[in-house]
Formats: sequence, structure tokens, C-alpha cells
Amino acid sequence: MISQDDLAALLERLCPMFVLLDQSGHVQQVGPTLQKLRPDQPMAGQRFLELFELMRPRSISTMPGLLAVSGAKLHLQFRDEPHTALKGIIVPLPDDAGAVVNLSFGISILDAVRDYALTSADFSGTDLAIELLYLVEAKSAAMEASRTLNLRLQGAMIAAEEQAYTDTLTGLKNRRAMDHILERLTTSSASFALMHLDLDFFKAVNDTLGHAAGDHVLQQVARVMVEETRGDDTVARVGGDEFVLIFNGLQDKVRLDSIASRLITRLEEPIPFQSDVCRISASIGTVQSSQFNTPEPAEVLHAADLALYSAKRSGRACHHFYDRSMSDLMGTSALSKGETQDHT
Amino acid sequence: MTEAANLGLVEFEAMLMYDDSMTLQVLEAMAEELGRPLPEVLEDLGTYLVSNPNTEALRRLLRFGGVNYVEFLHSLDDLPDRARLAVSDLSLPSLELDEHAQNEFSLTCHPGLPGFESVMIGVLRAMADDYGALAMLEHSGSRGASKVISITLIETSFAEGRSFDLGATAR
Repeated sequence: MISQDDLAALLERLCPMFVLLDQSGHVQQVGPTLQKLRPDQPMAGQRFLELFELMRPRSISTMPGLLAVSGAKLHLQFRDEPHTALKGIIVPLPDDAGAVVNLSFGISILDAVRDYALTSADFSGTDLAIELLYLVEAKSAAMEASRTLNLRLQGAMIAAEEQAYTDTLTGLKNRRAMDHILERLTTSSASFALMHLDLDFFKAVNDTLGHAAGDHVLQQVARVMVEETRGDDTVARVGGDEFVLIFNGLQDKVRLDSIASRLITRLEEPIPFQSDVCRISASIGTVQSSQFNTPEPAEVLHAADLALYSAKRSGRACHHFYDRSMSDLMGTSALSKGETQDHT
Repeated sequence: MTEAANLGLVEFEAMLMYDDSMTLQVLEAMAEELGRPLPEVLEDLGTYLVSNPNTEALRRLLRFGGVNYVEFLHSLDDLPDRARLAVSDLSLPSLELDEHAQNEFSLTCHPGLPGFESVMIGVLRAMADDYGALAMLEHSGSRGASKVISITLIETSFAEGRSFDLGATAR
């Protein structure tokens, strides 16, 4: 039979976190790594269950109780701070000579190497602790690299989306953005009003003063429309000289009419361009979401189109609200099919 | 650099897969820009990967290979497997360390990544510094399609070296 000292010497090399217990459950010897966790507190001589609290299986408080769960996985923690969690297994020695407990860190390994400044020399050569630490760091490094890549890609995506939804000449939203917003408003059954605005005499500016003048006029028009609307309203350029304005939560006809009149008045102000002065006006058709039971984007745009058409027919610079009698005066609307349409 | 390499893209991302020929174009453009031969640039790249604070995580991962430089050299056989543990689609050419005498080693870099042996010379030189060892490294020709690096260890504890604390995490 191997002597206790020889056994301890053997265990020290194979499992540096062993505990050798006598019959009464007192610690006789401990492995160097385990003792390193409590450098100022020699473990030998203390009662094992006073050093460690058995978390699972619970309510074991005696040595015979411990021996009865021999072979099962034990979950323990230190009774004093830091309560590092440990896993263990207890095996009785022959002839009722006590028992050997082998402990390891399990998942608490990350905190343990930091809390106790452990080095690779503290682990047995067959212990996978170092590989586990390696893996954790390798994965963190790879994740970090992926995360920064994702952030950059997300930034690029936001910029690309912004660009895809913006009319580059005026900085207003474009047709695609307007379609998205209208889709969102109709599916969420939000209340809103939609204006379809078409510039009058714009073609004349383009024809007589050239495209540079036309572009300048469009930019000024865009500025006016942004100034005359609220921050959460939508102003989109949906065609050459066609615009759609969407007013969130606004249904009041008096207010809508005054906004439309003000827009027309301001758009009629002469726009200087180099040595020339450009004069345009606008016609507007307005529709309210409350005019439909369940508004569909195509339906709403078609209605706004009809109102605009009606406004154009009564001369320039007019604003008309949509009403049901207008239906199909003009057949299928080009705007509701997603094409631009020249009313001028 | 990406412009000079005529890649048709602005960013060359660390975590994305590119065609090998594209990688080579970037490296050649880099060598041209620096006005130095490519193998030298690749050695510097290897040194950078270990010694620059930006890539501290990589230095730490390499230090997990062993407690001293010799143990680290022996861990190189496992390097491709270790790399694959971290990033599953990162495959490095296999490496083989031979010990000829107590202080004489050679490292065979098997084919698969042209110029990898130059990067490894930079890495091994910087890791010698990291461990505080004094080592001489040089290309010593080819063996078939493989490239061989000779390593002469002059002193294992020449200098203090940099500390490696298991519990610290890279930045």
C-alpha cells in the first residue's frame, strides 16, 4: 500500500488542486494550486466542509454524507471571499483511510486566473484550462474584428440608403422614399393629408433660360416647401416639376387650404437667376386619409392626382380638394402608376 | 493603396474573404509605395502583427503557445489549428519545426500562401524579443515547394522580455 506522503507527491504532479482528507473529513494535504488560492491560510488541518460550501448536491454536512456521493459531480464554493466556484469529485481511499477530492475551476476559470494571478505552471499538463483561455481570447478578438467591420458596413449602408432616398438636385426625398412613407402611413392607419403639387410655367423657364435656371428654380422651390412645412412632414420630388407633400396627423381643411395658398403665393415670388428673373406658379390637389375607409397608397395618389387635374382645369395657381365626384374624369392616373406626368 | 492596386474597391477589410490575386495586388502596391522589396515588407508586417499595440490580441494569442521561446517554437506545429479555432475559415499553411541541435531549429512552411515564410520571420523575430530571447532568423532556401527558415537561438534569457499575464485581456 502506498504511503500517504507518496500518494500526496503523486497527486501533486497529476492534479495540483487535490485535497487529501482523513476519515473525519479534515484536510491533510492540498495541491499547490489550490493552496495558492488562499496563500495566507494553510488549509491542512481544517475541516473540508468548513472551507468549502457544497452547493450541489445540497444539505450534506458530514464526511459519511460526502463519501456517499462519491463519483458524482460536486459543485462547491469557498465559504469566504472571493467565493470562487469549483467543480470536484470525491473518491474514498481503501480501508476507510479517508478520501481524495480533485477540484477544478470549470467556467469560473476566467475570473480565477485574474483574481489569483495564475500562470500556466499552475495547471497540470493535461488540463485544458490554457486552451480554454486561448479560445476565449481568440473568439473575443475575432468577434471584435467582426464587430468593427459590421459597424463600418452599417455606416456605409446608412449612407447608401440615405443617398437612395434623396433627390440629389434639391436634397428633398425622392419618389422611392415617398412610396415607403406612404406605405407606412397607410398600413399603420395613421391620419394624414397628401398634396400633389405641380409647378406652372416651369417648362417656359427651362425653355427660355436653360436648364441651369430650371435647376436653380427647383432648388428655390424646394427651400420654400421645406420652410412652409413642419419637421415631420414629408416633402418629396416625384417628377421633373412635381412634388408630393405629406402632412402627418393633419386633416383640417381650413389649415390645409391656407398652407396651399401660402405655398402658391410664395412660389409666385420672382426668383432672380443671374441677370434674369424667373416667374412660376403652382397648382395643388389635396386629399385627406379620412376620405377613405382603408386608404391604399395607389388610391390616395390617384385621388390627389384627380384633385390636381381639377385645379389645373380651373386655371393656374389653384388649390382643389379631392371629392368623389372627380372620379375618373381623367381615366387612370399616371402618378399612381409610378410614372411622372406633365400637366403643364 | 487600394487605388494603386486597381482593385475597384476602397476598403480592404480584415475580416472579409478576397481572391488571392487581389491580396497579392495590394501587397505589391504596398511594396512599390514603400520602395522596398516585397519579402522585406512582409517581414515588417509580421513584426508589426506582434509588436504593435493595435494587434496586442494577436501577441497574447501567440504567447499562449508556451512559457518560453523554445516551447513557443514547438507550438508552431499547432498554429494553423489554433488559427482555425479562432476563425473557422482562416486556413494557414502547415508549419513543421525540426530541432537539429539544442539551439538549432528549422521551420518548414508548407505551400499555400506565397510569402508566408517572410511574414513568419518577422513574427518569430518579434516573438523572440517578446520572450526576451536572442535569436537569429534567416531564409534558408526551399525544400520542394516548401520554404525553410533557419532559427539559431543564441540566448534564451537575453533580456527581460514583455510580461504575459494569463488573466489580463487584450485591451
